[in-house]
Amino acid sequence: MSEQDRPKHASPERPGLAALRGRLEGARGPEFWRSLEELAGDEAFQELLHREFPRQASEWTEGLDRRRFLQLAGASLALAGLACTRQPLERIVPYVRQPEEIIPGRPQFYATAMTLGGYALGLLVESHEGRPTKVEGNPQHPASLGATNAFAQAAVLGLYDPDRSQLLLKLGEISTWASFLESLRGRLQAQRSLKGAGLRILTETVTSPTLAAQIRSLLALYPKAKWHQYEPAGRDMARLGARMAFGRFVETRFDFGKADVVFSLDADFPAAGPGAVRYTRDFTDRRRRRDGRAAQGRLYVVESAPTLAGTLADHHVTVRAGEVPVLAQALAAALEVPGVPRPAAAPASPFVTAAAADLRAHAGRSLVLAGEYAPPEVHALAHAMNHHLGNAGATVLHTDPVEAEPVDQAASLGELVGEMRAGHVDILAILGGNPVFTAPADFRFGEALGKVPLRIHLNGERDETAEYCHWHVPEAHFLEAWSDARAHDGTATVIQPLIAPLYGGRSAHELLSVFTDDTPRSGYDTVRDFWRGRTGTAGFEAFWRKALHDGVVPGTALPSRTLPLLASAVPEAVAAIALAGAAEAKASLAGQETCELVFRPDPTIHDGRFANNGWLQELPKPLSSLTWDNAAFIGPAAAARTGLVNGAVVEIVAGGKSVQAPVWILPGHPDGSMTVTLGYGRRKSGRVAKGAGFDPYVLRDSTAPWLLPKVSFRPTGEHRALAATQHHFNMEGRDLVRVATLEEMRADPECIKRMGETPPKDQNLYPGFAYPGQAWGMAIDLSACTGCNACVVACQAENNIPVVGKEQVLRGREMHWLRVDRYYQGDPEDPETHHQPVMCMHCEQAPCEVVCPVGATNHNSEGLNVMVYNRCVGTRYCSNNCPYKVRRFNFLKYNDETTPVLKLLHNPDVTVRSRGVMEKCTYCVQRINEARIDSEREGRDLRDGEITTACQQACPSQAIVFGDINDGKSRVSAWKSEPSGYGLLEGLNTRPRTTYLAKLRNPNPALRPDKGRDRG
Amino acid sequence: MENRTTNYRSPLIAPGYTTSTVTDKISAVVLARTPRWWYVGFGVTFLLVMMLLYAIAHLFAVGIGIWGVNVPVAWGWAITNFVWWMGIGHAGTLITAILLLLRQAWRNSINRFAEAMTLFAVACAGIYPLLHLGRPWVFYWLFPYPSTLGIWPQFRSPLVWDVFAVSTYATISLLFWYVGLIPDLATLRDRSKKRVAQIGYGILAMGWRGSARHWHNYESAYLMLAGLATPLVVSVHSVVSFDFAAGIVPGWHSTVFPPYFVAGAIYSGFAMVLTLAIPLRRIFGLEDFITLRHLQNMAKVMLATGLIVAYGYLMEFFMAWYSGDMYERYVSLNRMFGPYAFQFWALIACNILAPQALWLRRVRSSPPVLFAIAIVVNVGMWLERYVIIVTSLHRDFLPSSWGMYSGTIWDWATFIGTLGLFLALMFLFIRFLPMISIFEMRTMVPEANVEETPR
Repeated sequence: MSEQDRPKHASPERPGLAALRGRLEGARGPEFWRSLEELAGDEAFQELLHREFPRQASEWTEGLDRRRFLQLAGASLALAGLACTRQPLERIVPYVRQPEEIIPGRPQFYATAMTLGGYALGLLVESHEGRPTKVEGNPQHPASLGATNAFAQAAVLGLYDPDRSQLLLKLGEISTWASFLESLRGRLQAQRSLKGAGLRILTETVTSPTLAAQIRSLLALYPKAKWHQYEPAGRDMARLGARMAFGRFVETRFDFGKADVVFSLDADFPAAGPGAVRYTRDFTDRRRRRDGRAAQGRLYVVESAPTLAGTLADHHVTVRAGEVPVLAQALAAALEVPGVPRPAAAPASPFVTAAAADLRAHAGRSLVLAGEYAPPEVHALAHAMNHHLGNAGATVLHTDPVEAEPVDQAASLGELVGEMRAGHVDILAILGGNPVFTAPADFRFGEALGKVPLRIHLNGERDETAEYCHWHVPEAHFLEAWSDARAHDGTATVIQPLIAPLYGGRSAHELLSVFTDDTPRSGYDTVRDFWRGRTGTAGFEAFWRKALHDGVVPGTALPSRTLPLLASAVPEAVAAIALAGAAEAKASLAGQETCELVFRPDPTIHDGRFANNGWLQELPKPLSSLTWDNAAFIGPAAAARTGLVNGAVVEIVAGGKSVQAPVWILPGHPDGSMTVTLGYGRRKSGRVAKGAGFDPYVLRDSTAPWLLPKVSFRPTGEHRALAATQHHFNMEGRDLVRVATLEEMRADPECIKRMGETPPKDQNLYPGFAYPGQAWGMAIDLSACTGCNACVVACQAENNIPVVGKEQVLRGREMHWLRVDRYYQGDPEDPETHHQPVMCMHCEQAPCEVVCPVGATNHNSEGLNVMVYNRCVGTRYCSNNCPYKVRRFNFLKYNDETTPVLKLLHNPDVTVRSRGVMEKCTYCVQRINEARIDSEREGRDLRDGEITTACQQACPSQAIVFGDINDGKSRVSAWKSEPSGYGLLEGLNTRPRTTYLAKLRNPNPALRPDKGRDRG
Repeated sequence: MENRTTNYRSPLIAPGYTTSTVTDKISAVVLARTPRWWYVGFGVTFLLVMMLLYAIAHLFAVGIGIWGVNVPVAWGWAITNFVWWMGIGHAGTLITAILLLLRQAWRNSINRFAEAMTLFAVACAGIYPLLHLGRPWVFYWLFPYPSTLGIWPQFRSPLVWDVFAVSTYATISLLFWYVGLIPDLATLRDRSKKRVAQIGYGILAMGWRGSARHWHNYESAYLMLAGLATPLVVSVHSVVSFDFAAGIVPGWHSTVFPPYFVAGAIYSGFAMVLTLAIPLRRIFGLEDFITLRHLQNMAKVMLATGLIVAYGYLMEFFMAWYSGDMYERYVSLNRMFGPYAFQFWALIACNILAPQALWLRRVRSSPPVLFAIAIVVNVGMWLERYVIIVTSLHRDFLPSSWGMYSGTIWDWATFIGTLGLFLALMFLFIRFLPMISIFEMRTMVPEANVEETPR
């Protein structure tokens, strides 16, 4: 290996404390608010601490002495931070002259965007006196429309993560930017004469116009240099499918708002892929059935593992992932797409026939979706079907690629690895990403990387790749640095920072500038100059300000194009399906302990990049409700056959490689198949990710990124405790989630109401309360809820809810004020899945209030059930007496009050709770109060819709409505007067202020006998 | 010594005793040299008290999370232990007060230590509501003290009623016990040879000289206290049962709870009296005072209250079925066949099946068997409270929130610690105070009953 290339570890450049101080002194600009804590949290001092705790809470009971150690360490840190040398440098001055527009105590919102897989989700970020505390969606951004996903909601914790990479490292030793520049310059000089023949840039998917322009100018400067891209959970399948269908890379976006019938071929559109947030909104808006309006929309889903889309479906079938292509072909044949023969044996034929008839009846208003992870031929067939149905140009819009340089990323990375191994690469700059961990196992990326003489890694985390690189440059968080990115429809957003880099991170723009510019330029200049170059100098300032303010650059959405389908597309796809089918037949999963292995990005930590985010780790994964772990999902049939139980560890063997994974039984998971999610089993990470889960990447090859047709597994006899937040998924015959079909509703509008008892209003021992002013209430539409859990993280961020850690979740002490309950109905092999967000119901006759001995939970004049933290003595009687079990108790001191940087995270409008007190959903009372104060100051009444709760604001499907139920014209009143409205456990006479709209389905009458539960 | 053929009317005190021999015998236990086994026993229980203090210190330092409680089972061992100890206390009050009013002379030889048991059990019980608070340092907010904040407790909460019930009960029990001790303390003062003991007992005897006027006042005071204590026998555990019955939790929300809790309390209390009395009478050779007839009477009370408890269980299940309430029905089924079925059936075996042996006179006449049954009933009554609390909470209305509960090592340490505290106090009691009421025993010797026809 390259040991001889490595400089010795005891580098002469290793700086001492003085150098660090020097760097602090040189810290840039006063334009962002800073504090001593922040400074102390800066750079190396943090690293000196080596805390072992997962951040943001998590007090293990046995960690007392460690904590004491931390306190001591913190105290010495404080002393170091207040040493006299640094005090004069940063003058702490109150607002002598108040900055314009800043009113202490009033947050400001800035538009920016977060990227995932390269694609932007427009955000508005709340800033309290200079520190970002909460992320909201940008209503003007086409991918957001004001909503967000769980990843975006958790971004602020990612920003303040004390485990983030904080130091520029040279071979693991602290170094400086200056010495990095110096070291790189020499090598670059050599490359310049070689025209960059040994220079390689590896990025993740890039949609940033500025970054692309920078890379292109780098390639112009070094003509023989190469740019590679790799994204572990990328869109290669869609790209290759588009190329098969149209002969080139094409971006496809969907208009769910015009689609009446949607057919998904393993496409989990509410969860996966760019535009998921927007698609969820469009989809539910189209289906929202109110005021007895006619039925609209029907969703058919084919899924290879339970998905959120499947839970929304009117009809769904579960097949193994290997069967999806044949099913796609069967559908195409049933739709009479020219050139598609009917497959010999296709699963679920009545389902396919009925769905095809429905699709044809809605030609031009229908949509066939191919899953992000389905093979290219399925994508090509989906394109063919959409063309055939006349959906192209109507519900399916093709545009030029949003990506700056679409490539087959697996091939691109393979090429790089080949060159590295051959020794053609002299300098490799890895701009973001963690390829040592995420690259296909067959590439043996880490080994090949060792052959590169100079390896530079830019990332926000000191991860596995950082270990393998000479230089590790901490990357600035997206809330700390300037950049830009494009949404799924091409709309560009300038990503503006809200805070100066906490840990001196650099952006990719700044690092690339080192390669191209003699004097490295700031990210701000680079991005601004790029856009100035685009728009011209005239009127640029106005353009710039507007683009920053709105969070979108006007006129950048890509126009739809009409593309003819290649004649070769269908035959090629059919041939590929036949080939795969033959291989599938050969694989023959007859044996007891063999199955196909399906890879998916993890629903909460994605490809592993969010592994160190406590909010996302503790966020129950949709459907399984697991936290802190991934698992090998199997179906109930496989479990019964093999005798495996939840948590039983199996060894999965594929191609001579193996991994040990705990099993989790997921109702509705197909037999003969096993699904694992990526991103866990991190070998080098922060404290939160440490020890969580197993790493499926070691089994994942470039040839089979999402599906291994055959693996074997055997029980090891070991057991791993898995922390799920829900253990029982049967409603036990209770009317908790009420479900009806539209037909049933039409025949009997009262059918939902009759499913449970509603006691008369006057049935009460005590006189009722009067609510002369506002009376707050909430309604939740169960038809719209996709179970994505964005609301849960939104609530956590808004309300300073601590993370408790796996051990505490195992004990049943998770703190989420809002949870999404999940119930299965019907056959465990193929159940209907229902989601039900549950938070405090704010009962008008609250059982919790009468049992509190100290009156710590009370009714206010607007009907809020308010919790007085500082009066609570912690008898927990209220929790026992709460039929909804929405109260959460601080069994230990869960809030981390010692890590300085995490103090910046908290919402200043919400009390941070201490040990021994009860807490629960407040209906975001701080937002109610803020709006009320505003309205009083402006001398007007509160407007409907002026107050949104955090969960409501985050919800991509707008399933939650909040408002004044005394106002008959409010949206919440309208929802509550729906015939499908009901209260949870209403029969207890608690009179909940939060009520639900029943889940309404629209099954195809042709499939009625099975009620949509047809099996393949 | 034991007379196996003792019949129901056998005397409550063995023949041949005079007032002075009674006094000699009982006071000798206190005034003699400390036996070695006492040091051993007290030493062990003292170590358990230290363990309790450690567990409490750790609890205060770290928080309630060291216990097994969670959501949905937010009450666990602490409340189980509280109710269990409170129940145990009840037999003492019943014996001292109600049996006094009913002129049941057989109570005289057991009332003193039964009352002491009450006091110590209430002390152990009283610890738990404080410990189980999330913020125990503000426990006084549950009392209606004149706060400058102008905030009162929330009087609709059964926990506030509990505060009144328990504190009243502790006060009355202490007074009753102490007042009952005064003549005997005077006896000990007069009989002890050591100066320290003379002064100590002298102060506690409050100048008792045994004059007719003293006796007159004493009798009326004691009777009044008995009158005050009597309703407490019924009310305290009724109030404790409201902690559950006033909630809406299926398995708790039941009108049968007050009578059935009171019966259960007396049941467990008598079991505890037997648990203590049988070894004590053996060790100190007090079989002449605590005779088989006493044991038989207590066994009968146990049998009767045990049957009431069994009826309570039956009614709970009947009402769950008869009401048609799906949640109640589920809780009933879940108790019998759910994850805590073992605890449930163990409680049925301990509380209902085992005491049926008491129908047999031979069983009632055998102290070792009675002792075993008493222990079994003590275990059963603990399990009863555990089952009521845990099985009701762990699966209530929303299946999504169902969970499991089990105690941690700290729960064990605290419970065993209070057992140690109870026993340590018992050891101190038998060492320093007359465990049988001397003056009341004196009224039972034949020479005191001058009017009665000789047997």
